[in-house]
Amino acid sequence: MVTGAQTTTDESDSSETITASVVGGTGFTGGELLRLLAGHPTFEIQQATSRSAAGKSVGSKHPPLRGSGLRFTDPGDLESVDVLFTATPHGVSMEQIDAFFDVADTVVDLSADFRLDTEAQYDEWYDGHTAPEYLERAEYALPEINRDNLAGADLIAGGGCNATATILGLYPLFEHDILDGGEQLVVDVKVGSSEGGAGGGEASSHPERSGIVRPYAPTGHRHEAEIEQFLGTSVAFTCHAVDMIRGASATAHVFPSGPVSKGDLWAAYRGCYEDEPFVRLAAGGSGVYRYPEPKAVAGTNYADVGFELDPSNKRIVVFSAIDNMMKGSAGQAVHAANIALGLEETAGLEFAGLHPVGAP
Amino acid sequence: MTQCVECGADLSLHDDLEAGEIVDCTTCGAELEVIDTEPPVLERAPELEEDWGE
Repeated sequence: MVTGAQTTTDESDSSETITASVVGGTGFTGGELLRLLAGHPTFEIQQATSRSAAGKSVGSKHPPLRGSGLRFTDPGDLESVDVLFTATPHGVSMEQIDAFFDVADTVVDLSADFRLDTEAQYDEWYDGHTAPEYLERAEYALPEINRDNLAGADLIAGGGCNATATILGLYPLFEHDILDGGEQLVVDVKVGSSEGGAGGGEASSHPERSGIVRPYAPTGHRHEAEIEQFLGTSVAFTCHAVDMIRGASATAHVFPSGPVSKGDLWAAYRGCYEDEPFVRLAAGGSGVYRYPEPKAVAGTNYADVGFELDPSNKRIVVFSAIDNMMKGSAGQAVHAANIALGLEETAGLEFAGLHPVGAP
Repeated sequence: MTQCVECGADLSLHDDLEAGEIVDCTTCGAELEVIDTEPPVLERAPELEEDWGE
């Protein structure tokens, strides 16, 4: 909800409100956070910070929030708040994490700064870490694989969008012992332009990006680190930038060492996801949208996951589609915060999408 | 309880089921044809195949 007025948490009140601020509010994921928090029954937006847009209306950057009355404030004027969502570029949160906890009880970071377990991983995959003492404290935000540890967590690390799509697609195969980690896994992810952020750049300009199917990070993508951390095995991972705005669509080619039936696959995927509020199975059902695709989840917190068996090649092909800014970022963050704070898991995230709709 | 022949999930079928009727599974989305009603027997309903690019 949006009031613009500072309030405090009153846990004895059934109409409890929890104040929340967004650091880095002008970016795409910052805007999605604000959109979700504005519609949330419990969170109340206190501040949205922006160095470049301080004083301007939030609606001027994020049209869905026109008329909200919110204005960006300078990061230096950050006030005490219950929950701080940080949507800053990689490296900022690890530098400012002490200051964040000075003003907030709970920090939900959407960057890569607290996703990995160890300083050594940051040395290998990023540019090191300046606050490694927080890594053990941080909990990965993806509830489908870390729900139990999120309850009561005060530092939540949002997952990477491509990693989220990949992990959700492959996780049931490991959880149900269809794969044991010794197999070759090949993953290709098609991503939309919003993954590059609001800052733009030459490669993101419309004439250069329109119509593309452009390989980027063909090897060594940083999200491999998260995938390996949570699946326990390495993956051969490549991304393509394609001509859509929202969406990450992962296709994984898997070659199990033993025989696998369609029933085995359904048992694995149903076992993991049948009761999950934000994972839907789409594996060759009926209609036009038989397998996951980003268009069917655009704007929502859903992950659509599906698979098909290829007996002649002894292959399983797995599909997973998310909205990179929702299930892959802001939606995942709000979902995790709901769990951490003991709120209804689905609160503020019920939007089911639009159909028909144009390119996501 | 009847199970989906595609994914194995429990299906909730209405009382006045008729042979030849098409029902769908809310778990996997498969369309299923009712072959018999007492007890219910279901088979995967044929789908129109896409031939884009062929």
